[in-house]
Amino acid sequence: MDQDKRDLLKGLILFIPAGGVIGALAKAVAAPAAAAGKEASARPETPGYDPTNHYYGMGIEVGKCIGCNRCVEACKQENDVPREPFFFRTWVERYVIKKDRSVVVETVGLKKEKRKEVVDQEDTLRSFFIPKLCNHCANPPCVQVCPVDATWSTEDGAVLVDKNRCIGCRYCIQACPYGARYLHPETRTADKCTFCYHRVVKGLLPACVEVCPTQARIFGDLKSQASRLVRFERMNKIHVLKPDLNTQPKVYYSGLDGEVR
Amino acid sequence: MRIPEQIRRLSVVVLIIVAGLLLTRYLVPASLVKQRVYRAASVKREIAREVRYAGGSICINCHEEVNEQKKKGYHKTLACETCHGPSAKHTEDPSAVKPFAPRERKFCPLCHEYNPSRPTGFPQITATAHNPLKPCITCHNPHDPVPPQVPRECSACHAEIARTKALSRHALLECTTCHTAPPKHKQIPRSVRPTKPESREFCAKCHDKGSPQKTAPKVDAATHGERYLCWECHYPHMPGEA
Ligand code: HEC
Ligand code: HEC
Ligand code: HEC
Ligand code: HEC
Ligand code: HEC
Ligand code: HEC
Ligand code: HEC
Ligand code: HEC
Repeated sequence: MDQDKRDLLKGLILFIPAGGVIGALAKAVAAPAAAAGKEASARPETPGYDPTNHYYGMGIEVGKCIGCNRCVEACKQENDVPREPFFFRTWVERYVIKKDRSVVVETVGLKKEKRKEVVDQEDTLRSFFIPKLCNHCANPPCVQVCPVDATWSTEDGAVLVDKNRCIGCRYCIQACPYGARYLHPETRTADKCTFCYHRVVKGLLPACVEVCPTQARIFGDLKSQASRLVRFERMNKIHVLKPDLNTQPKVYYSGLDGEVR
Repeated sequence: MRIPEQIRRLSVVVLIIVAGLLLTRYLVPASLVKQRVYRAASVKREIAREVRYAGGSICINCHEEVNEQKKKGYHKTLACETCHGPSAKHTEDPSAVKPFAPRERKFCPLCHEYNPSRPTGFPQITATAHNPLKPCITCHNPHDPVPPQVPRECSACHAEIARTKALSRHALLECTTCHTAPPKHKQIPRSVRPTKPESREFCAKCHDKGSPQKTAPKVDAATHGERYLCWECHYPHMPGEA
């Protein structure tokens, strides 16, 4: 009896770490192979990229947006955002402010027929498009509420989600005052704009900025005095969305109407 | 020596706890518990994601001509991939992967259809009234879209007709296809008049079902509105609006 137990314990002590070792070995063999396969086609990161030298933000010149939705399309293509409406990393809202001061807001492209319909110009005071996306807040409420530390701000100023850690609890989706996050229907994890982090570190522009036909979107590095974004901020009166929440957004709007929320 | 039963049981419990501690200490990978480690792994995964939009500067290397044309035209602020879609694969192997080219008519109105929310001054059209049947690129070069030249000569004085025709289904027919205008007409227009089509046969040479002309839609000229001249029903400069 005693002997049995000792054997069992001995077996256990040997068996469990052995499993671990075997697993680790298997991983060690598989990982470089997989990595090699991936890296062959991927573009390399800019050599010597140091996140501490950068701090990214985006400018939006509202008066230039024509509501063509090319940015939304490009974002979906680049980032595997589901094609169906309601899933967005970036989206464009159309504001119609009526003479009686009521405000109608609709997301461009959500309702195909609606978009065609010409608004009754008689009682329209003004109307315009507002592109929206994650504000990559310096003080992000979504990061604070995550129970498993799956979302964080990088040193270069992007708020990212770690898909492997995320448990899909939706706290962050609730906490975001800008509605910038959604639950990805396939991975069942929170998904959001990354400023196209995988492009930016390779010296490319985010996909939405790349395709914008009127340069209504301006991407840049707040740590570089020569960047287009810094120039844009100097030359325009800048507003951010919901400044009273003290989230310190890093998406800067020029020509923002007081009615936009 | 005999170990008392209680002690043995207790030691089993202690052993399990110790084993559990050791397990979590050594077997749970650092990538699960060490923030520095799992962050680095996550950043790495993020960076490894596939780039699909190659970015404008790379297209220029191989398509210099298109770029030369585009950069001085109205579409200078458009990126190649705004129209051609994600083309990173094409830049890696140009002959195997061809980018998409938006030749159909529904594409351009994404930006150019009249919409009161668009900034004033942005060039807009009403697609249903702007020559509704031809692809936009028959008249506008997508890489340098200027409004096409209407033959200045006749349009100098017949601007209204020229504009009407330019947007009609007869847009690609020269005025001189249907009117023979003596040069003097431009100096003394009221005294020297160009010819005008006189018979149904004139239109029938393109439109009769027996006609060799390929692109014109066909009718049976023998029976189609046979007692009238064609232009009593169709305005020749804007046909289709009968
Ligand atoms: C390495 C050189 C190279 C680069 C870089 C390149 N192309 Fe090309 N591209 C070619 C060649 C060669 C062809 C002609 C292929 C053929 O006809 O076999 C071509 C053809 C095309 C066509 C015509 C396809 C068709 O249907 O006829 C388009 C559109 C195009 N390229 C767009 C782009 C865009 C947009 C980019 C930038 C993202 C780009 N190319 C970058 C070499 C290049
Ligand atoms: C406004 C949208 C638009 C933009 C911007 C645009 N293209 Fe095109 N491109 C087209 C269309 C439409 C066609 C098809 C033309 C045709 O079939 O006559 C085309 C055709 C082409 C072709 C093949 C035919 C040819 O003319 O040689 C190439 C190559 C090409 N584009 C490259 C480019 C490159 C490079 C850029 C960026 C410098 C660019 N395009 C920007 C719309 C665009
Ligand atoms: C992604 C948006 C976009 C698309 C798609 C697009 N354009 Fe444009 N287009 C523009 C912009 C921006 C301008 C420049 C407007 C300005 O100068 O203010 C322009 C200018 C023009 C002009 C000059 C108008 C003038 O001022 O006289 C014409 C003509 C034109 N486009 C035709 C086309 C055609 C034809 C296509 C389809 C092949 C097309 N566009 C597709 C954005 C677009
Ligand atoms: C049959 C030839 C023809 C076709 C096809 C055509 N256009 Fe035009 N387009 C013209 C002419 C001619 C003008 C200039 C006359 C005018 O301003 O009304 C023009 C002007 C324009 C302008 C400038 C308007 C402004 O207010 O400055 C735009 C934008 C335009 N076209 C876009 C398009 C688009 C988009 C399509 C396809 C849906 C298209 N065109 C198809 C002949 C054509
Ligand atoms: C110097 C200005 C001018 C130019 C250039 C011009 N026209 Fe005319 N055209 C006129 C005037 C004026 C009339 C007479 C209108 C009237 O009597 O009501 C006229 C009349 C006509 C008529 C009607 C003749 C009739 O018997 O009713 C035709 C057809 C015509 N022009 C075609 C052309 C064509 C084709 C061209 C280009 C090759 C052209 N015109 C160039 C000024 C001009
Ligand atoms: C498809 C053939 C056709 C083309 C192309 C054409 N016309 Fe005509 N045009 C006619 C016919 C047919 C009449 C006679 C209409 C009538 O008598 O009611 C006419 C009549 C006229 C008239 C006098 C009557 C009027 O409508 O004012 C003028 C002026 C004229 N054309 C000018 C032009 C000019 C300028 C162009 C080129 C921009 C042109 N036409 C292109 C067929 C054509
Ligand atoms: C009595 C008036 C009348 C006369 C005269 C007339 N048409 Fe028509 N035509 C029409 C009407 C109405 C339609 C539209 C019929 C339809 O949509 O089915 C039409 C349609 C057409 C079409 C378009 C057919 C298609 O498949 O899209 C052509 C081409 C045409 N006519 C050419 C002519 C020619 C050429 C003549 C002179 C030989 C002529 N028409 C004389 C009334 C007339
Ligand atoms: C040189 C050949 C030619 C001549 C002559 C000609 N047409 Fe046409 N017509 C065409 C072509 C080509 C089209 C179609 C263009 C297109 O693809 O949209 C057309 C289109 C039309 C249409 C539009 C049909 C529709 O489906 O809406 C009518 C109507 C028409 N023509 C009437 C006339 C009349 C009336 C005359 C005589 C004054 C005439 N055409 C002379 C070549 C011609």
